[in-house]
Amino acid sequence: MGNVYELENVYKTYRNDGKEFEALKDVSLEVREGEIFGIIGMSGAGKSTLVRTLNRLEDVTGGTVRFYGNDLASLKPRELREVRHSISMIFQGFNLLNQRTVIENVEQPLRIAGTARRERRNIAREMLKVVGLEEKENEYPARLSGGQKQRVAIARALAADPKVLLCDEATSALDPKITGEILDLLKQINTERKLTIIIITHEMSVVEKICDRVAIIDDGTLAEIGDVRDVFSKPKSKAAKKLVFPSNPFDPSGPDGTLIRIVFDGTRASEPFIANLVEQTGKKVNILSANTRSVGGIGYGQMVLELPGDKEEQKIIKDFFVNGGLSVSEVDYK
Amino acid sequence: MSDYIINSILTGILETLEMTFASAFLSYIFGLPLGVLLYATSKGRLLENRVVNAGIGIVVNILRSLPFLILLVLLIPFTRFVTGSSIGTVASIVPLTVGTIPIVARMVESSLCEVQPGIIEAATSMGASPLYIIIHFIIPEAAPSLLQGGAINVATVLGYSAMAGVIGGGGLGAIALQYGYYRYQSDVLWTTVALLVVMVMLIQELGALLAKKKRKI
Repeated sequence: MGNVYELENVYKTYRNDGKEFEALKDVSLEVREGEIFGIIGMSGAGKSTLVRTLNRLEDVTGGTVRFYGNDLASLKPRELREVRHSISMIFQGFNLLNQRTVIENVEQPLRIAGTARRERRNIAREMLKVVGLEEKENEYPARLSGGQKQRVAIARALAADPKVLLCDEATSALDPKITGEILDLLKQINTERKLTIIIITHEMSVVEKICDRVAIIDDGTLAEIGDVRDVFSKPKSKAAKKLVFPSNPFDPSGPDGTLIRIVFDGTRASEPFIANLVEQTGKKVNILSANTRSVGGIGYGQMVLELPGDKEEQKIIKDFFVNGGLSVSEVDYK
Repeated sequence: MSDYIINSILTGILETLEMTFASAFLSYIFGLPLGVLLYATSKGRLLENRVVNAGIGIVVNILRSLPFLILLVLLIPFTRFVTGSSIGTVASIVPLTVGTIPIVARMVESSLCEVQPGIIEAATSMGASPLYIIIHFIIPEAAPSLLQGGAINVATVLGYSAMAGVIGGGGLGAIALQYGYYRYQSDVLWTTVALLVVMVMLIQELGALLAKKKRKI
């Protein structure tokens, strides 16, 4: 499998009224063919700028963005428009034409590409079937729900038969249930059509649900990149920890208290770790939060525990979990 | 009112409609492209071009700031050059058109500005050229607003057409001026005024209705 995108030392600096703002700083990464690649970060971290460099809605100010080996910056306007036919994009605000019917919206990329009228209608119908909206073809977008609008946008994005689909906060305007449905649809499209998908989001749950790999963008830099499972169970950077750890409303009861987070995957979920700990070591911990999540289809459990103040005891407890094969990390609650 | 005056008023209605719609139509032929250019060349838009934008902007602003009555008089030589005469219904179409073009241009510009930038971004990401985006994305999205603006423009031209009576143009305005004002025939004056009001209202309502029908959101 080759790489769809290769980004090398990408910089983006905005100049506005003499002031400079570095939106992207030295970002290097690659996106592999057929994967669902997540780009996550807090708002203002630069992830939307990053995704816009991928179809050159934004020009980079340094470094190179290569799409199947071609440096996007070297393309002439006509060549760039040609390449954009293979890079579809969906948006948080859907960006459908309100004065056009659903099917006319889906036909747009085909019209631009110069496809004949009858053929583009057939393709558009087929795409509406993929997203399950074949009955709505003559409706206007204003009469659709948010989830349906995004489905139309996805159908429109697929109509051009792209090589990659960019999703810019595509589910951020939708409620959790509809978000889940849209993500399922994207996953299905990824599997059935072997379409590479790049997802920009600020929600870890989106990444956990469907992404294979993830890049964490923090303050314009690439903080961390890797398989979602690895990043989820052993986050290394501060930005990653902030995203992965459940937001913790509890403070430790004493000033010496230490919080740790343990993560166990589905294969170990049947073992009663806490009971074993108490039984075998006699040490007690305080459970501050616990939940399970599905990451890339595998169930993961995680707990935030408060350890007793004594360093010796802390070590015994941590060793117990580590020896049991769990990933243990300290929570920086300050 | 004598039969003669009633006949004059009926002819006046037709002349007013002729002047209004001909001028409105012609002013859109020039004003629509100008408005599109004003929009597209402004800062941050698809065809950003400071020189073109400032150039058109200055001409439009100057024409718009001239009182219409003054423009009528200033344009007499030009009108004579174009139509061969400076009085009558056909002749008054020239100054009416020239006077309305800048208004149309600004109205079109403001209608186009209402289109969400996201739609332009989506179109760009699909590989559409700037010209394609303007013709197939921006103008259709702005269509209801353009129609509404069109109704306002037609009503404005109708008002201006009455002024054309001052320099020998035809229509209801001329009748109101000649019989109503100069000859103190207030019944004629009020009849023509009422007719003008009704016509403006009809045009406005019709335009609003069309725009509403067209608007899908």
